[in-house]
Amino acid sequence: MAKAPSRRRSTGEGGTLLDIRNLRIEAKIYPPGETPRKITIVDDVSLTLQRGKVLGLIGESGAGKSTIGLSSMGYGRGGVRITGGEVILNGRDIMKDGINGLRKLRGSEVCYVAQSAAAAFNPAHRLMDQVVEACLEHGTAKRAEAEKRAVALFKKLGLPDPENIGKRFPHQVSGGQLQRVMTAMALCSEPDLIVFDEPTTALDVTTQIDVLAAIKDAISDTGVAALYITHDLAVVAQVADEIMVLRHGKLVEWGDTRQIIKEPRQQYTNALVSVHHIDHREKKPGISTVLAVKNVTAAYGGGLIKVLKNVSVDIFPGQTLAVVGESGSGKSTLARAITGLLPPEQGSIEFAGKPLPRRLSERNKDELRQLQMIYQMADVAMNPRQTVGTIIGRPLEFYFGLRGKERDNRVAELLDKIEMGKGFIDRYPAELSGGQKQRVCIARALAAKPKLIICDEVTSALDPLVANGILKLLLELQAEEAVAYLFITHDLATVKSIADSIAVMYRGEVVRYGPKSQVLTPPFDAYTELLLSSVPEMEIGWLEKAIKTRRMESAGN
Amino acid sequence: MLARSLIGFALMSSPIVKLIAQRIALGIMLLLAVSVLIFVGTQILPGDVAQSILGQSATPQALANLREELGLNDPAYVRYFRWLGGVLTGDLGTALSSRQDIASSLGGRLWNTLFLAFWAAILSIPLAITMGLVAVRYRNGVVDKAISGVALASTSLPEFFIGYLLIYFIAVKLQWLPSVSTVYDGMPFIDRMKAIALPALALTFVVFAHMMRMTRAAILNVMQSAYIETAELKGLRPIEIIRRHAFPNAIAPIINVVMLNLAFLVVGVVVVEVIFVYPGMGQYLVDHVSKRDVPVVQAVGLIFAAVYIGLNIIADIAGIIANPRLRHPK
Repeated sequence: MAKAPSRRRSTGEGGTLLDIRNLRIEAKIYPPGETPRKITIVDDVSLTLQRGKVLGLIGESGAGKSTIGLSSMGYGRGGVRITGGEVILNGRDIMKDGINGLRKLRGSEVCYVAQSAAAAFNPAHRLMDQVVEACLEHGTAKRAEAEKRAVALFKKLGLPDPENIGKRFPHQVSGGQLQRVMTAMALCSEPDLIVFDEPTTALDVTTQIDVLAAIKDAISDTGVAALYITHDLAVVAQVADEIMVLRHGKLVEWGDTRQIIKEPRQQYTNALVSVHHIDHREKKPGISTVLAVKNVTAAYGGGLIKVLKNVSVDIFPGQTLAVVGESGSGKSTLARAITGLLPPEQGSIEFAGKPLPRRLSERNKDELRQLQMIYQMADVAMNPRQTVGTIIGRPLEFYFGLRGKERDNRVAELLDKIEMGKGFIDRYPAELSGGQKQRVCIARALAAKPKLIICDEVTSALDPLVANGILKLLLELQAEEAVAYLFITHDLATVKSIADSIAVMYRGEVVRYGPKSQVLTPPFDAYTELLLSSVPEMEIGWLEKAIKTRRMESAGN
Repeated sequence: MLARSLIGFALMSSPIVKLIAQRIALGIMLLLAVSVLIFVGTQILPGDVAQSILGQSATPQALANLREELGLNDPAYVRYFRWLGGVLTGDLGTALSSRQDIASSLGGRLWNTLFLAFWAAILSIPLAITMGLVAVRYRNGVVDKAISGVALASTSLPEFFIGYLLIYFIAVKLQWLPSVSTVYDGMPFIDRMKAIALPALALTFVVFAHMMRMTRAAILNVMQSAYIETAELKGLRPIEIIRRHAFPNAIAPIINVVMLNLAFLVVGVVVVEVIFVYPGMGQYLVDHVSKRDVPVVQAVGLIFAAVYIGLNIIADIAGIIANPRLRHPK
């Protein structure tokens, strides 16, 4: 086999592994009602990667990071085609090998670690069968040998019970564990290069830090080279030797990690690097509450699975309460209890001094109107067949009976408030960007003139700069309309920017609650400290320090 | 003793056993409900059983005697439970037209129908599923379009037309096989297979398209999943990706459509049986409907319902077992 020598990979050897020259990638898109047209996703990007090195690819969504990463395997998602340039791996242009040559390379020379391991594993097969599959397919190892290698990798990646975890099915292990198994799967073929595509983005911060450390160790122990794709500069700063900043499919800046985060040369890099801090002065607690949750206990499965235990929080008019915690801590369940979707078993909920009926169906129109909600996924929270005007106009008709011109004027007013303007009135959700969609959802909530809006992870699916814009907008609207927010998030940076008071939730309980300044000032309880210390900081060597100083294991393991 | 009850408890608490037990219980209830419907339906029909047995010239006294003898003067629910009790002990009653025991004359017919259905299924199910897999492998290409074209043509032609086409070409022109599917007791296996070859082929044409199209759709649906991309990025061959990664996750919908078509092969073969003069259940039913032979219609109706419900329960259970989340709980 021609590639045999290249498989002898040694960390000290050096030399170029991957050389991408003038890469151009295009896709054919089919806009509804228009003729199909070609768009350029990656435009004239070149990069080289030395053996055993890690190159971070960073940028916002649509920057072409994943597309470039996958091009190193000659793979294009959907209708994506590599239309120009060369991809030279181990000294040969892989695009000239044809589909059979590419198939030989995938899973043996280059392996891929996907963002959501939960979706990337086949639910029908045991983990071990999937981990060794590529080895067996390419004949690089016999089954027994491959399994031995896999168990060693499970051990290296810190998975519990490494001998037996391979016998499990994907649904039987946690998300953080699955992401490590996926890394083991990539390493099992002993590739020269691994493409990590946002491997920790879908994880909780406290889990992310463990997985990140495991990936970093595995990379340095095996000496594999990696393309590490992420939108989070603080994360990539922990693992990458060099960083490449991309925007709209073009190269913005490329340098070693220290230079990019300390001395960025381009303005765009600077914007990414600078902490998106919003100075938000904490407001003093009011006298009367807009929402008072008292000793609420709620459960699923007919009282069997307790998901909220004795939760009490207050929200004051025109203020923001942030609820933070990991997935499964009961944040969203609290929202479901307040909105009446999951009637509490015990405790009471008061709205503006009056008790709120437990069930959604028992609430009257005015009680519904005063409590609105904004969701994480703006695009699934809107009917794709309705225009922006219809979407925002609906609560105006439903709650206030506005019709015709009166309604249209109010819609235009709301569109101005969310800084979009009435030009968008006839657009469909599919024609909007992620940030614009979320703005429309905000306008829809605002149209009801509510006293309280529940914001459930509203910025989590957005790029940092766009998310920042949404947060600023929410704060401005709060100042104008005196609306209160219950802000559910797992992101502590967001909390600092927007909250007046904070409730930290852990396994269905509020473990820390009070004004922002108080909650974020030591001494901390163990869980709050874990949460705070797990937020990646843009500093080389942060990861090692954070791991060393932890007092408590994350719940995701 | 204690150990056994512990095992029993463990089995009952496992979600999969519970689900399957639920499905079976539901099936039995459904079957009972159907039996009530069949009974009530045949009671509503105009006409008097005693009258139809004795004919128009019977004296009122003779009619009254016979009614008393048959228990027709009892309230409806008593008659229903008597009928149901008979069915459960294998006594389906007596045919009015021939005075023969229904169970014994039905037995051979049912066997013939199941024999034909079995071989039609052996022919059509693997063919349809394989063609579905091949269609996905070459999706939107010539092969896919050709398979879909043949399938749609065969399903849009009525089954009697397909039957006559087969008789015309294979039996009359080529003289390979007989055009009439006569079978009798003690017939050699090879001869029996020859006799049912044409009806089995005709049935295959009828059920092929539905199963093939559903297999194709179910697998294409799974092909959108992220784990298919993982398999592609492992460098697996396309047919392996479909076989190993897509098919196992499409099994529940495929089994559903297969069972539906199996049920059709048993219950819906009337036309094909009549064309090929095959002595199965369908012909038996048609004969006795035209003679207004209520007990036979009831018995056949109940057997058809049992086949339908039974196969659907099997599909449900297979779907449950195919789900790894239920098979291997956390």
